[in-house]
Parts: sequence; structure tokens; C-alpha cells
Amino acid sequence: MTDIISAQDLVKTFGRNRAVDGVSFAVGEGEIFGFLGPNGAGKTTTTRMLTGVIPPDSGTATVLGHDIRKKPVLAKQGFGVVPETSNAYTDLSAWQNMMLMGELYGLPRRLAEKRASDLLVTVGLLGNKEQKVQAYSKGMKQRLILAMALVHDPKVLFLDEPTGGLDVQSTQMILSLLRDKNREGMTIFLTTHNMEEANRLCHRVAIIRHGKIVAIDAPEKLKMAIDRVHRIEVSFDRGVPGEALGEVSGVIAVNRIGDKYRLDVLSRDTAIRSLVAFAASNNLQIVTLNTLAPTLDDAFLRLTQEGGS
Amino acid sequence: MNPESLPEQARRAWAVAKKDIRIYYLKGPVLIFGVFMPVFLFLAFYMGGRDLPLAFLIPGLVGMTLFFSATAVSPAIFPWEGSAKTLERLAACPISIEAIVLGDMIASALFGIGITLVTVLIGVGVGLPVLHVDILFIALFLGACCFSALGTLLAVPPTNVPSNIMMLSSLLKFPLVFISGIFVPLAEMPRWGLPLAAISPLTYFCDLARYCFSGAHYFPVTLDIGLLTLFAVVLSIATMYFHRKTMPRRL
Repeated sequence: MTDIISAQDLVKTFGRNRAVDGVSFAVGEGEIFGFLGPNGAGKTTTTRMLTGVIPPDSGTATVLGHDIRKKPVLAKQGFGVVPETSNAYTDLSAWQNMMLMGELYGLPRRLAEKRASDLLVTVGLLGNKEQKVQAYSKGMKQRLILAMALVHDPKVLFLDEPTGGLDVQSTQMILSLLRDKNREGMTIFLTTHNMEEANRLCHRVAIIRHGKIVAIDAPEKLKMAIDRVHRIEVSFDRGVPGEALGEVSGVIAVNRIGDKYRLDVLSRDTAIRSLVAFAASNNLQIVTLNTLAPTLDDAFLRLTQEGGS
Repeated sequence: MNPESLPEQARRAWAVAKKDIRIYYLKGPVLIFGVFMPVFLFLAFYMGGRDLPLAFLIPGLVGMTLFFSATAVSPAIFPWEGSAKTLERLAACPISIEAIVLGDMIASALFGIGITLVTVLIGVGVGLPVLHVDILFIALFLGACCFSALGTLLAVPPTNVPSNIMMLSSLLKFPLVFISGIFVPLAEMPRWGLPLAAISPLTYFCDLARYCFSGAHYFPVTLDIGLLTLFAVVLSIATMYFHRKTMPRRL
């Protein structure tokens, strides 16, 4: 897979605060890459360096093979940006904003008009295209920003918290559009706080803490890698003393939750076999038996809290 | 299409200029301020009892109008866009910082020329014909380039608070009006005043405007044109250079 975005030892310091401290990663063609981290971890600063908005103190970033510092115009020509803060011109209409973007990306007028119309239909704003953006709701503004970022049909799209604070309808519309664009081959770099969004959308995620990358992997692999202790939930047709379950082979802790037991186990396989044997020997029927996988939230919390704050 | 080429960047600068005109210049208060400010200053001197002839005052009014209108809004555009985060939008687009600055300068120059043509018409209306139309247009073009570059240069300090920049702008603009031979003819200036007048581009524009309306001038016309060109080039290069240095600190 060809690297479309590449960061090498990016460093950015604001005063005494080293916001980004030697960040390196690569994003392959056609990937949806999630960039996760707590507030102040350096996500937005990294994104702004990758998109050429601010220069790094050291390190290099390339997008579509162009060094963002040495060839900023060529690099920017190939990507679109949806920044954290909505930044359409509020004194212009949606249509005027779209046309401005078309001109800034060098599109012929007719092509810009065609793309703008199609995109405004897709994001549900064609009926409001002559309205000034200052009258738009937050969701409408964010959908417009996304349409503006797509007007030149970029190969790469950078999004910084694109669904933050939006209603369900706008969120679903944006996520659906991102999936469609990715299916068409667009590479997507997504900064988000929303673990569920990252889990459902991203092929790989990177987690950043205190300006350093602490993990990069596929969401499922990250979830499984964080914990050696697994969880199983089990319930029987009648009550069982917790102490008896604690003595089952492979079970290291028992918690009763309602009519279920949540067991911490070292090996799922060993524990399940032992539980089946335990039920048979005690003439119990197993009503439910669930293995609980760690969530991306668990992985995120574990990775961002390790080593203290 | 090579997005880095000069024609392509010039096209994108024009897009920025059109955006500026729509958002910042075609506003009632801005248009009114552009015309009223010089008219009131002119009236203050006209009715001040100094018996200055119209052939002297009208070129001064033309000079003030161009100067105030071409520098009225341009110093505040970068701070406004910085605080509204729209500058970040431009910074993420495939347009160089120089082209963004050029776009702001084009908008400012066009606004200056448009408003000043109204003043020229007022001059003609009160019975003062333009003797050298070609030189007047050259002077308007060079003066507008020069003052728009100066206005944009005033926006270099990386603050996103427009009032800070406007205060700095007023501190520079008003003294410049009084040392540039608008209200006191250069020939009548005290000895210490002439070197001050010589460092102001407004001096050369007013001298040219006077030549266009009355035929009288203090410096040779070619020197006025040459120095205005030099000021326009130096100020344009300086404003692009310094914005490249300070823009990342504004974002």
C-alpha cells in the first residue's frame, strides 16, 4: 500500500509546552486513519502541521508525495480540510463559499458549479444555497464545510472533530458521506474524540498522549492487546454461591451483577470449558454465556492513562 | 494546470480580492467613511479662513481620499480573518501567502480608485477640469498600489484584535496627511518639513494630482512617478515578506 500521508519526527513547541513531540506515522492509500487522544494531547496541532497551516519546529510531513513545507501549494492542491472550528465566510452565501473554494482550487467555473450543486444536494443544503451562512445552524455549517472541502474532489481529506456537538441526523449524514467517499478511493485522516465513530469508521487508529504516539493499530487489535485479563458473563437457572464460581479453574475474580456473574478470567477457552463442567456437575442449566471484549474506550483510557498524567 | 504557476496564483489572488470586496468593502458604513472622512477634512481647511484656492485644495482632497480609502479596511482584514478562523481556511488552500496578500491589496486598491474617482468628479463638478487625464490615471494606479500595500503592511503584527491594528494605523496615517503637502504647499513648508515630506509617498501622489488639475508641481513629474513606483514595489515586497514571517503566529 502506497503511503499517502507521512509524518516523520514532527515537533511543535508553544512557549515551554512541547505540544507535539516526535510524532511519526504513515497513512496508506484508501485508508480511514483515526487520530485519537485526550484534550491537549496534540491532535489538532499535528493535523495543522500536516495540512500546512502551521510549520513544524522540526521533522517533515509529506502528503501525496509533496513535502508540505517545501511544496505547500502542490500538496494542498490534492487534499481537502474540515477544521475543528467551522470557518465558512458567514457574510457570504453557501453558494458563494462553494464558488470561492472552486476558484481557490483553480477549478473551471462550470465544473465548480456542477460539483457545488451536486455536493449541496448530497449534504441537503441546495434549498438554502443563497442564504447567508450566518443564518445557518451548527449542523448546516458543518455540512457546508464538508462540501467546501470536497469541491475539488480531493484524494485525501483531513477532518478535525467533524461531528462534534452535532445532532444525530447531521452526524449520520457526514459519516455516511465519508464512507461513500472512502469506497470511491479517498484517503481519510480523522481526528476525533468519539470512540464509537472511530471504531465503526477507521481501518487503523493512532493514539496520541502528551504529544507522543502511544499506539497505532487496527481498532480490534488495539482492543485485544490492551488486556491480558478477559471477561465472561454467565447466568444459571438458579442461584449459585459466588465462592463456588471463584474456585472454577481459570477464574480469578467474580462479581455479581443482577442475576448474572461477571468473571475475570485468564483464558476464555479454559474458563468456558470449566464453567460447562461446573454446570454439569452441579446440575445447573446455563441460561446465558457471553464473552465481553474490551471496547476501544477501554483501550483509549488504558493507553492514555498509562504512566500517569 | 500547475497550481504553483504565477498566472494560476494571480487567478487565486483575484478570488481573494473578490471575496474581500463582497465581505468588507461593499458595506454602507465603509463606503460612507471612505467619502466623508476626506470631505470633512477638506471642508475644515476650506472654511478655515486661509483662502487656499480650489486648484490647491481639490488635488489635496483627491490625495486624501485615495490614501484614506485604500488604507481604510486593509489593515483589519488579517486580524478579522484570524479571529473568525477563515484565515485558517485560506492557509489550508493551495494559495501562497504572497497571493493572499496580493488579493487583499487588489481589493484595497480597487476600492481606493473607485472612491477617488467620485472625488475627481466632484472636483470637475465644482469647475476644476482635469488637464492631464493620462497622468491622473497613472498616478491613481500607482498611488492605489502604494497605499494598499502600506495598509496591508500595517496588518503585519500578528494580533487578531482589529482595534489594536486600527489604532496603530491611525497613529501612522494622520501624521502622514499633515507632512505630505496636502494643506501646506511644499514650497511653503519649513526647512525641517521637506525631508519629512520626502519620505511620504502621499507627497508624490499629491504633487502629481496638482499637476493634473492645475499644471503646477514641486518635483519633476517623472520623479514623482518614479518614486511612487519605487514606493509601491518596496512596500509590496515588504508586506509580502513580513506577512510570510508573521502569519503562522496569527493562526
